[in-house]
Amino acid sequence: MPGTLPDAPASYNLVTSADGAMGIQFIGRIDHHRAAALIKALKKEVSTRKPVKVTVDLNRVTYIDDFGVLVLSELRNILGHRDIPFNLIQPPPRAGEVLALFNFDSPDACRHVEPKERDNFVVRLGDGFFHHLYHIRYLVSFLGSAALCMLHVVMHPKSLRMNDTLLLMQKTGVDAVPIVGMISFLLGLIMAFVSSIQLEQFGASIYVASLVALAMVSELGPIMTAIVVAGRSGSAFAAEIGTMRISDEVDALFTMGISPTLFLVVPRIIAAIIVVPLLTLFADLFAIFGGLVISVTMLDLTISTYISQTIKSLDFFEFSWGLMKSVIFAALIAWIGCLRGFQVRGGASQVGNAATSAVVSGIFLIILFDSIFAVIRSYW
Amino acid sequence: MTEAKPALIQVRDLIAKYGNDTILEKIDLDVFPNEILAIIGGSGCGKTTLLRHLVGLNRPADGAITIDGIDISDHDANDFDEALKKIGILFQGGALFGSMTIAENVALPIKEYTDLDPEAVADLVRMKLCSVDLGGYEDHLPSELSGGMIKRAALARALALNPEILFLDEPTAGLDPVISAEIEELILRINHSMGTTMVIITHSLNIIFKVAHRIIMLDKSAKGIIAQGDPKDLKAKSPNPIVRQFFNRQASISKRLLWQH
Repeated sequence: MPGTLPDAPASYNLVTSADGAMGIQFIGRIDHHRAAALIKALKKEVSTRKPVKVTVDLNRVTYIDDFGVLVLSELRNILGHRDIPFNLIQPPPRAGEVLALFNFDSPDACRHVEPKERDNFVVRLGDGFFHHLYHIRYLVSFLGSAALCMLHVVMHPKSLRMNDTLLLMQKTGVDAVPIVGMISFLLGLIMAFVSSIQLEQFGASIYVASLVALAMVSELGPIMTAIVVAGRSGSAFAAEIGTMRISDEVDALFTMGISPTLFLVVPRIIAAIIVVPLLTLFADLFAIFGGLVISVTMLDLTISTYISQTIKSLDFFEFSWGLMKSVIFAALIAWIGCLRGFQVRGGASQVGNAATSAVVSGIFLIILFDSIFAVIRSYW
Repeated sequence: MTEAKPALIQVRDLIAKYGNDTILEKIDLDVFPNEILAIIGGSGCGKTTLLRHLVGLNRPADGAITIDGIDISDHDANDFDEALKKIGILFQGGALFGSMTIAENVALPIKEYTDLDPEAVADLVRMKLCSVDLGGYEDHLPSELSGGMIKRAALARALALNPEILFLDEPTAGLDPVISAEIEELILRINHSMGTTMVIITHSLNIIFKVAHRIIMLDKSAKGIIAQGDPKDLKAKSPNPIVRQFFNRQASISKRLLWQH
């Protein structure tokens, strides 16, 4: 039986008669190891010998599969181009079965469908426009449904999935403390170091404390924290919900009469809104500590002067302004992360795209809203 | 049928574990060239675990598995890749690459392992897809196909290099009777015309009775093979009530007693 015997690799015998007819007898095993070489050799034989007629004999073939069928059909195509008749001697039963399985006798039974003609420019422009319109509509409806569900949770606090929310608070907040702390500490160091070089020239090194505190609390703290959370959790939300989408879990929720928005989005938004301001506070503290380290070691300030200058330069409004911004950023990150997750269609690569897009649009929204806040504040 | 020949796959004293959970104990199994072997058994009895061990995805906790004399429990062995070239696998969910079209999925192993030029590969892919009735779907993405089409496309990919041994995990699960019958027919034709050895995991009595030459039955409590042989003999004569229940589609005895009262 074929398949297990140590068959000889395929070769062929050529017989050419005086009237120009060529007989090709295949011998041995025609499979994927030899198909490419066979096709090449046969092409060469045909172009050098220029037969008027070709007869193929498969009776000494020990094994043939669709690679063998490919060899035969390529040979037939080459001959067809040159109008040389192709003739196959009655194959042995097993080879005949393989030929039938792959429609050797009726290659047109399964012709390639013509690729769809590309639409013209106007049609594609219109398509693109409606696609974007649909996209914006989905965005607005998702925003609406998130807002309605948040309202629903405020009216019926029991409908909030408490355990999920706590778990998400841990993942988004507690687990992010080390990285947020590290980054802001270094940021505080850098700010103090860079500003001290300038301020020391004027004998104003005490204002390093004010600079670090003000810049961090009202601007950099909320932004840095939000960017870290967008990278850590926004992408995670998108990937998780996206995977749930392609495995029909979101549809399962829907058919159970449970709102996917209430079930998946609201806990994430609430968790983010609670923990991101707390993370921002941590970030502020760590940055001030970083500034303190530089000031005490390099600028001859005492710890108590640094702290009292810091407290003097901050007021309640600065603090609440920074925290209010971080609440908005948190809601944006969670919302866009969930939105990208829900927009996933298709397969695994789409989940990756959604995660990327969640981070990119998250950071964009953070910066956009921060600039809006800056404008509001300057016209206050 | 071909018992005289040396076994193509040999499993000796296989013990399969996940952590500390022993799934299979002391499995001895021979798969002979050109035969269609069905692995059957209730849910959770270790069918898929056995399959994953047979193809080298999981390593045995103990025991030896060889494919055509090559030990596949040692991934570092030089000839491990040779063993992989002898096998093709149809995964339960298809496992088509979602970012590639159907044609690209099928062409991937062909391009990797042969020197055919691109037009020949395209012709071959078309032939293969046509043989599983997917002619014309070359440029579709897996996400655009129905479950039955994905199964057939995955079958075409598993057959891309016409492996000596084909492993099929639930080839007809979740498909309509017509497509199931077509896939069964296709399995038989491939086995007959190219002599492909097949190991099929299945619950389908159709495959068991019409396609398989031999079956082995696994059981959860026995953690091993409780019956093997010709399915028709087993259905009629097996002394084991679990085996008879399976073939006669009966609920377990305890449930039946419960429902009667």
